[in-house]
Amino acid sequence: MKAFSFERASSAQAAAARAAEVQGAKFIAGGTNLVDLMKLGIEAPEHLIDVSGLGLDRIEETDEGGLRIGAMVSNTALSADVRIRRDYPVLTRAIAAGASGQLRNKATTGGNLLQRTRCPYFYDTAQACSKRVPGSGCSALTEGAFSRQLGVIGTSDACIATHPSDMAVAMRVLDATIETVTPTGMTRRIPLEEFHLLPGDTPEKETALMPGELITAVTLPAPVGGIQRYHKVRDRASYAFALVSVALIRQPDGSGRVALGGVAPRPWRLAAADAELPNGARAVMARLLDGARPTEETQFKITLAERTLAALLLEE
Amino acid sequence: MPPPIEFELRRRTLLAGTAAVAAASVARLAHAQEQAGSAASAQQQSDIALTVNGTEHRITVDNRTTLLDVLREDLHLTGTKKGCDHGQCGACTCSVNGERINSCLSLAVLHDGDDVTTIEGRGAPGQLDPMQAAFVSHDAFQCGYCTPGQIQSAHAVIGEIRAGIPSHVTSDLTAVIELTEAEIRERMSGNICRCGAYSNILAAITEVAEDQA
Ligand SMILES: Cc1cc2nc3c(=O)[nH]c(=O)nc-3n(C[C@H](O)[C@H](O)[C@H](O)COP(=O)(O)OP(=O)(O)OC[C@H]3O[C@@H](n4cnc5c(N)ncnc54)[C@H](O)[C@@H]3O)c2cc1C
Ligand code: SF4
Repeated sequence: MKAFSFERASSAQAAAARAAEVQGAKFIAGGTNLVDLMKLGIEAPEHLIDVSGLGLDRIEETDEGGLRIGAMVSNTALSADVRIRRDYPVLTRAIAAGASGQLRNKATTGGNLLQRTRCPYFYDTAQACSKRVPGSGCSALTEGAFSRQLGVIGTSDACIATHPSDMAVAMRVLDATIETVTPTGMTRRIPLEEFHLLPGDTPEKETALMPGELITAVTLPAPVGGIQRYHKVRDRASYAFALVSVALIRQPDGSGRVALGGVAPRPWRLAAADAELPNGARAVMARLLDGARPTEETQFKITLAERTLAALLLEE
Repeated sequence: MPPPIEFELRRRTLLAGTAAVAAASVARLAHAQEQAGSAASAQQQSDIALTVNGTEHRITVDNRTTLLDVLREDLHLTGTKKGCDHGQCGACTCSVNGERINSCLSLAVLHDGDDVTTIEGRGAPGQLDPMQAAFVSHDAFQCGYCTPGQIQSAHAVIGEIRAGIPSHVTSDLTAVIELTEAEIRERMSGNICRCGAYSNILAAITEVAEDQA
């Protein structure tokens, strides 16, 4: 690991200002993704700014009847909050389906949204990967590459990685918005749907955040009710990343919302696909995965996504 | 018979995907070399205070040092184990301010003022705590390497269920969570046991949970 200097931020705005001004600076929250990547030499910050002591660890009610989740609320605390369990159960389900008890105690709301892909070639510094080293190429798209964990839609010729978060898939189906503070002290609100960028020709650009910008909170609109489900399909029963996951909110009249994890560079949801819910899983997936470009190894995800949704629609 | 090459490759890549194990050993080497080669400048060190098993320690750490390495290398509390060093195996699990964490993925500088309990703080030969004793009486280990982490998680799992923290297998999110085998298994999934002592680990935890009920 490369040596780095360290400071504790005194306020959210000061943290953002420092991050923009100090060369090679990065925030650290729970550290469960960043420290891992630093050990592997994939991330090499020269300066770390600890943002864990800024009081951003509360969940408050908003004037609109929703919740404002501080960026430093741990995954455990968020999943266990009585308001989340009662009014946004899909979020509790998604968080509890991710990582392990130990990791969820440390993982934060902001850090979870910013965790990086689990593409095996991104993790192996001996392999070409344009996300890790811009312009170096994509090992996952070479002949005979292993792509089982990778994406089928929203991907590009430059990168087929997925965003690995479970939490984000539930937040997407709940129409969450991200709140930030910029280095100049401005507050920004970014809808989650616009937060993670599609790779295009620049897979190294992953989010809409500007340099130094700090996530301060995630807001959820007022509860929408309905039956809320999160189903994660993975290679073992617990403690593995999703091959496919489905977040579903279904209203008594059959309308609702669907978001997918494990298939795209961001939680994958389309209004036109939501509108097909009364017509069943096949109709939804025909829209949602229209234009999918699976590899031979990820072809199964198309079928798996449809069947997972179909199974959820049968549950009542 | 060795597995067909394709199978072996797939297995390794899967490991890399979920675990990054192969890269990890290389990175550890590089890490050791870097640390040996360059004495960190003052800017790259920090003074921290840590309370471990009730004793306060004031130490200067290289900012790169993980909590796990401080416990083992600086405080010589080698009960907490280094397994994968990437948060995947759970051998490094210890309790910080009452919550279990992977000490390998947590930088020591982020723990200034924290209260840490390691396996040494749970009990000692002759005065085992109930969970340690139950692990012994149920043969809940073979080689024993994962055991300190298993015991730390075992304590935490009972506490997390009592505190009403839901898990992946909790059926009703608004009801009191029951202490079932399924709950314990799911919540212990962050602690891998290569000897496969899982069923005996489950028996040990169940016994302690029932005794405390
Ligand atoms: C073995 C293992 C298994 C896992 N399994 C799953 C799984 O199944 N599902 C899943 O969803 N996740 C899984 N995870 C990932 C885990 O959820 C993330 O590591 C965690 O959520 C990251 O949060 P953190 O606070 O530790 O982030 P950190 O590591 O502290 O930070 C991550 C990144 O976010 C930046 N950052 C942090 N906070 C802010 C902020 N407020 N504003 C701006 N930038 C910020 C940091 O600079 C860094 O770049 C797993 C992790 C491991 C190690
Ligand atoms: S899919 Fe993306 S992350 Fe994976 S090797 Fe290709 S460029 Fe890198």
